[in-house]
Amino acid sequence: MDTDGLIKALSADAGRPKPAMSQALLAALVLALLAAAVVFTVAIGPRPDIAAAAETIRFLFKFVVTALLAATAFLALSALSRPQGASRSKLVALTAAPVLLLAAIAAELAAVPSGEWSARLVGTNSFACTTLIPLMGIAPLGLFIAALRYGAPTRPTLAGAVAGLAAGGIAATLYAAHCTDDSPLFVATWYSLAIAILTVAGALAGRVFARW
Amino acid sequence: MDEAELARLMRAALAGDDRAYAGFLHAAAGLVRAFARRRTGQGGIDPEDIVQETLLAVHVKRHTWKADAMVTPWLYAIARHKLIDAYRRRGRRIDVEIDEIAETLAAPEPDRVSEREIGKALDLLAPGQRSVVAAISVEGRSIGETAANLGMSETAVRVALHRGLAVIAKRFGRD
Repeated sequence: MDTDGLIKALSADAGRPKPAMSQALLAALVLALLAAAVVFTVAIGPRPDIAAAAETIRFLFKFVVTALLAATAFLALSALSRPQGASRSKLVALTAAPVLLLAAIAAELAAVPSGEWSARLVGTNSFACTTLIPLMGIAPLGLFIAALRYGAPTRPTLAGAVAGLAAGGIAATLYAAHCTDDSPLFVATWYSLAIAILTVAGALAGRVFARW
Repeated sequence: MDEAELARLMRAALAGDDRAYAGFLHAAAGLVRAFARRRTGQGGIDPEDIVQETLLAVHVKRHTWKADAMVTPWLYAIARHKLIDAYRRRGRRIDVEIDEIAETLAAPEPDRVSEREIGKALDLLAPGQRSVVAAISVEGRSIGETAANLGMSETAVRVALHRGLAVIAKRFGRD
């Protein structure tokens, strides 16, 4: 087949454009939020003292850092789903949530006597945290990988890993309303581990399913 | 053809204008050909294969172009991706061949009638799809002529063409 013949065939197929990538990404995001919210509502639910907790800075800070991770990761994912990939600034923005968390750790270490550090780090919900976040993140991750497959990522492993970060950020934001451990020491240890599980799963899935 | 004209053609193509699309693809083929020739010296890769694989990828992934963005960075990103892919496939193949035919390497290469990779991919198609894709691409027939020749409706021809091209494009995403 010569190139002119190929162009004839391709242009004869012009009339069936698929929905734009931006719409596919938006649909994946809405469905991901919905899916995670359903699992949260049905199986997990908020902590009983949420009204009182909402007046403490440590509780509120959890949402700032997890939502920031979800937002920066979704923006990077959107860029990585196209052939040109993500700009440097979008990838650098992914460090915003971890840097903020490090600052919070420093504040916590300054505010709390060293005898309490390990108790706050270990907490009482580490098992729930490392299982419920991946559990709520599975459906969002699947949706984001499907969006990547629909797109054209030239770095599918990286794109899959960032999809895992975005799914982890969404799941962690919901889980934060359930968990009674609010110390940044706990968040940095167990939330990070739970999100890392989704990130590794995303990288593997991206490598396998998002190639084209 | 400048960037603005390319973007205009692509926007018209995405709205279903097949003549604008053909114009865009011809211009894109020229750009990718120059790009691929500069990067395929003695690697044993035919630049025209890169052109064809890139055009196919442009076609099945054209919804990933943002209508308010520049076209050429998007196009070259796809071309680069396909070029890397071709080198990777080629690299593996050469490893096997050297072991098996080391002694014949010094012999002069026979004249090769270039059978494009995509031409070979036609053989992967189901007979119905293959005859439609071949009628339009190789024989240069229109959708209407193909429908009349094969005794199919125009819709069935469009569907067979669309699916056939998707199968061929998918073939190049795998190793």
